[in-house]
Amino acid sequence: MRGENGSPAPSRRSIAFQVLRKAYLSGSPGSEREVTRLKVHSYFGILFRGLVLLISLAMLLPLAYLLFRAGGVGWTELLGLMGRTRMLPIMWNSLLLICGVTTLSLALALPFAWLTERTDLPGRKIWTVLAMMPLVIPSYVGGFTLIAMFGPRGVLQELLSPFGVERLPSIYGFTGALWVLTLFTYPYIFMSIRAGLHRFDPSLEEAARSLGYNGLQTFLKVTLPNLRPAITTGGLLVALYTLSDFGAVSLLRFNSFTRAIYVQYLSSFDRNVASLLSLALIVFTIILLLLERNSRGRGRPRYYRSSVGVSGPRKRIELARRKWPALAFCTAVVMAALVLPTGVILYWLVRGLASGESLAPVWAATLNSFRAGALAAVAAAILGLPVAYAAVRMGGRLMSLAARAVYLGYGLPGIVIALSLVFFGANFAPWLYQTLWILVFAYVVRFLPQAMGAMQISLLQMNPRLEEAGRSLGLGNRAVFRRITAPIVRPGVLAGMALVFLTTVKELPATLLLSPTGFSTLATQIWSATDEAFFTRAAAPALVLLAMSAISIFLVLMQEEREVVSG
Amino acid sequence: MTQQELAPPGLQLEGVSKQFDSGEAPVRAVNDVALTVDHGEFIALLGPSGCGKTTTLRLIAGFERVDAGAIDINGTLVANSSVHLPPERRRVGMVFQEYALFPHVSVLANIEFGLRRMAATEKRARTGEILELTGLAGLEGRMPHELSGGQQQRVALARALAPNPALILLDEPFSNLDAGLRARVRAELGNILHAAETTAIFVTHDQEEALSLVDRVAVMLNGSVEQVASPHELYTNPATRSVAEFIGDANFLPGVGHGDTIECELGILATRKQIHGQVDILLRPENIELLAAQPGRPAARVRHSLFFGHDQLITVQLPTGTYLTARLGPSDAYEPDLPLRVAVRSPVIAYPRWY
Repeated sequence: MRGENGSPAPSRRSIAFQVLRKAYLSGSPGSEREVTRLKVHSYFGILFRGLVLLISLAMLLPLAYLLFRAGGVGWTELLGLMGRTRMLPIMWNSLLLICGVTTLSLALALPFAWLTERTDLPGRKIWTVLAMMPLVIPSYVGGFTLIAMFGPRGVLQELLSPFGVERLPSIYGFTGALWVLTLFTYPYIFMSIRAGLHRFDPSLEEAARSLGYNGLQTFLKVTLPNLRPAITTGGLLVALYTLSDFGAVSLLRFNSFTRAIYVQYLSSFDRNVASLLSLALIVFTIILLLLERNSRGRGRPRYYRSSVGVSGPRKRIELARRKWPALAFCTAVVMAALVLPTGVILYWLVRGLASGESLAPVWAATLNSFRAGALAAVAAAILGLPVAYAAVRMGGRLMSLAARAVYLGYGLPGIVIALSLVFFGANFAPWLYQTLWILVFAYVVRFLPQAMGAMQISLLQMNPRLEEAGRSLGLGNRAVFRRITAPIVRPGVLAGMALVFLTTVKELPATLLLSPTGFSTLATQIWSATDEAFFTRAAAPALVLLAMSAISIFLVLMQEEREVVSG
Repeated sequence: MTQQELAPPGLQLEGVSKQFDSGEAPVRAVNDVALTVDHGEFIALLGPSGCGKTTTLRLIAGFERVDAGAIDINGTLVANSSVHLPPERRRVGMVFQEYALFPHVSVLANIEFGLRRMAATEKRARTGEILELTGLAGLEGRMPHELSGGQQQRVALARALAPNPALILLDEPFSNLDAGLRARVRAELGNILHAAETTAIFVTHDQEEALSLVDRVAVMLNGSVEQVASPHELYTNPATRSVAEFIGDANFLPGVGHGDTIECELGILATRKQIHGQVDILLRPENIELLAAQPGRPAARVRHSLFFGHDQLITVQLPTGTYLTARLGPSDAYEPDLPLRVAVRSPVIAYPRWY
């Protein structure tokens, strides 16, 4: 029997792995031999299911509390609140920003993707990497660089003041938010369109050409309609990001939902107003999420190449003399989205160092960021593994519902989670409020799905047959776990933890609202230094963050590669 | 050159060459190809994969530029080293290997795609005609992914035929169909093209497909057209040793040519053409006869046999060690090591030996 003749050495394995292993033993679909084992472990199985449910309920807490609060508002009160919160202008602002950012992003991404994927643009591989790089820059760092460049007391103002330019046109408000969000989110559409173009069968274009359509007509009548799914997916990603972004709009003082919520939180003690705004934001988010799902899941044909039967390498469109404007376009985008921001950061860093700015606060902030990130990563691993396991290996409505509940946190804007936890902590858990733990909890609610995604991929690779193969090759229970299960699952867990760590370090709204007094991180330091126009103080943390962010994006891309390979 | 009142050929290629720069060394995909297709003729471009036949098609369609040579369609120059008429102005219909039906529009819209300059009534008449011709009537409202492979292929053909092109090119049109469907679709396609009276070229690597479907076949090997001839001529009188090897099964036996005869291990054989010196004699398996061995003379021995029912392939070893394979009827059984005498139906074809 392969029941209990050897359980793994408890001291040497992490708790998460033991949970996983126990759960695995109790939960695998039953062949005859496994029935007895199920009985042995059924007690544990119930306990495990309970644990998964508990975790997913905890992840639902912020949303539930928000709904609970809003439930206390009556109808007449609601109408009054609508007026007082100036809900309609805020909605209008958000809508305007979403449309603006998405349109502008598309205008940058479509030509860029087409040039790198379909033409003989010189250096197209390098351009592709450069085009995706702006993802590395968090929106508030982008906001900082814009303000430090074009704002009052920014680089440009200093350069122009000898010529008698006293005031530059203001970059605050819509224009600034539009630019920052466009420059740092267009890569989402770029990547989506690029993938779409890659799948696109070029012989469709040739067919149109042979039917009498010239290059431009072919692009409009054949290429563009076939790219529609890719454009929609990428565009909705950008729209979602724009809607939930807090950093850029708050620094550039554009009154969209997230900033309005923050301002309400700071200025008034009326929680109902902030709650109501949060709920409206959630409704907007849900609408976008539904649209996104619809765009993917309509019973429409998926447009892709039926098979790779084209002889030789794909033919690229020859740009000939048109390559100069093409190169100018690519250079302009990369300059604006990558070179200029980095340059501005370095400029203020050097200036700060020259004027004797101390790096001690940066050091302290880095340590704080790392501490919070590490705690969140460990917590995500411990809480994520059981849920990931339940989603992959256990059947049942309840378990799949539990797993889906965890993903809800991903769709919620950070400011909403943070605000809900502030109210919850202040009202019901004062012992938790203003501690590092509630902050870590907020991080876990936001980023657990990231960890789970990575873990689920590993778990999916862990086919039960592999373990049976190990047994048939003469390995004992313990050896199977050590030599087969753990090595296969480990990379996913580590990748998930790394992802949570890095995104936590970048996180702004929850950190801003929930940090214990005096607990300053890289993100909060950049934000407040920019808000107060101490650009030299924001530069060093911004640089540290950029480096961390670069690593995290790299990891995500690696993960996606694996997903593509294994899926 | 004399330009008389003769109708110009539907397609003429002269000295057409194309090379690709793939990494280190440039690859000569198409090398000095000459080919003339009469107006309304349907010919096959046959060759193994990688021989340059698809590239030739793409040069004709205008998807690639020629490096040297000239292409004329109905007497109009469309491409040479300095002229390149874009594909949309060549009036060349193309049926792609994967059909390349536009997945985002219906069957009707696919067929109407090339008719945008027509008036609505004219367009309706033309699509009706084409739907009728291709047997697609009733399917015009479907989306391409809702069709079977054979139907998709007919839509691709209908789309290419609709604008009444000067020339139709078909790139491996049957390779995506399963074997059962292939024979039927092939016959259909032949009929449709015949009815449409369009000049057409189709590219294939499948001999059976090429030999059974068209009047003339151009055999392309290593970037060059080696022979253009009727299927019968190709098989019975291949122009080069490579063509002989590529089309059908071939045995080669060394010999010495003396004008009208060749001296070889099997005796003195009559030839079709005068030939002198060291030669390789082409012996098709069905032209080899196996007879009872004559006592006292060295005999060939059966080494291997494959029995197919309607016929069988018997491999024998000649006394000098050369192997020959014969295709015979099913009546006689050939045991291994059975001594035999080999006879050949003459006259034979031989190729000079230069190695």
